[in-house]
Amino acid sequence: MLSPEGEPLSRKYYSEKTEKDLDADEMVRGYEIDKGKYVVITDEELERLAPEKTRDIDLKVFVPEESIPPVYFERGYFLTPDAGSEKAYKLLAETMEKGGKAGLATFVMRGKEYLVSIFAEHGILRAETMRFPDELRSPEDVGLPKKTKVPKATVKKFEKLISNKSKKQLSRTTLGDEQTERLLKLVKKKSTQRKNIIEVETEERDEGKVIDLMAVLKKSLAAKG
Amino acid sequence: MAARAIWKGELKIGGTKIPVKLYSAVVDRTVHFHILDDKHLMRVKQHMVNPDSGDEVTNEEIQKGYELEPGKFVIITDEDLESLEPKPSREIEITEFVPPEAISQQWYERPYYLAPDGDQKAYFALAEALKNREREGIARWVMRNKAYVGALRSEDDYLLLVTLRNAEEVISARDLPKPAGRAPTQKELTMAKQLVGLLEGEFNAADYKDEYRERVMEFIEQKARGKAPRLRAVKSKRKAASLDSVLQKSLQSLKKEKRAA
Repeated sequence: MLSPEGEPLSRKYYSEKTEKDLDADEMVRGYEIDKGKYVVITDEELERLAPEKTRDIDLKVFVPEESIPPVYFERGYFLTPDAGSEKAYKLLAETMEKGGKAGLATFVMRGKEYLVSIFAEHGILRAETMRFPDELRSPEDVGLPKKTKVPKATVKKFEKLISNKSKKQLSRTTLGDEQTERLLKLVKKKSTQRKNIIEVETEERDEGKVIDLMAVLKKSLAAKG
Repeated sequence: MAARAIWKGELKIGGTKIPVKLYSAVVDRTVHFHILDDKHLMRVKQHMVNPDSGDEVTNEEIQKGYELEPGKFVIITDEDLESLEPKPSREIEITEFVPPEAISQQWYERPYYLAPDGDQKAYFALAEALKNREREGIARWVMRNKAYVGALRSEDDYLLLVTLRNAEEVISARDLPKPAGRAPTQKELTMAKQLVGLLEGEFNAADYKDEYRERVMEFIEQKARGKAPRLRAVKSKRKAASLDSVLQKSLQSLKKEKRAA
């Protein structure tokens, strides 16, 4: 977002009462228990509430890769080894990949508990954050109708259609996003026309913090002994 | 209580059209906090300011910019964005079918249940055919001015549509540099295999509960009643030992657990 003069804007919080902008240390986290009534919860309290066992990533069980239904998956993160843990990383990745296994673990980070499954692919470990079962609705929750008897001929007809249109692989181009492509085309067109372009001086930016899950993982293995 | 449908459409598969209703399969259970100003304990408001002057810039004045390179923006107007919107449609078109293993876990984003909206026979027949053939359908549709690609699956006799991420959002492990360091020795591989073997099991959803969320909610309730317990400080963990000894120790302790069980 830019100002009318084309300067990148920053988001600020302000108090409605004083109409003054607030710094980070002038704000607290509150849970609304009644309309307009809040219980203040501090970072420290959230940290201390984490059960001891969940502070590290502790791989508790390894399951066949394809046995986790896709509805659970939320978002994938590649894991990179920390200096000194390359050996453990490669060993775990190779063992899991050969065995077709995914590891499951839970841990608490920044005020939230995570359920993750860890997959190995091409020697790289990837963590997929997952939904907890109570975050998913069942067909009964939704109120879906009971299954009715279906004519065999209709099933056969669909089976034939599926076989005819089946492919072994899913191509990346199938998953292309036309909207984004069209936006990029428009951006290109506008930029070659040298119209609507704004340049501003830049400052160094804060790149998002990368979490070294491997280091935590290794620590958790060590703590087991 | 039955959920409310968020969208209605038609599954188009070959020459057949199956009317369906779409329901979210996800419930938000996050503990939501508000940001308060610490003096008045009132919710804060947000606005956009010019970082140099600190002056507020109103919504009407804000322009959207696409960053070409650091510090270089192309202005995109609301009309531009509108012209990019896909044509509204009620059709969910199934273009092809793939085996489930052809779709990596990375692609799946958000699941929706499809419910029959009239023709129940066709709906349940398609679910059964997908299950029998062990295939997922690749679906395309437009919902609320946005184009989606999804995987049509059969789950417990019902049809489920899971949105898939766009190709631009997903990085392939093949494109990442291989981790450095020497390859594991045969001895290490054997030990690791044993260790993984001891921890082998099935995925059982009922095993997983967000205990932390429950603790936080309980604490909030206690605090609201003025009865919050004192919380102990967090202890720091020991340092990691060498891989070999870690594997050995883990194996030994796991074997002991197994024998005891």
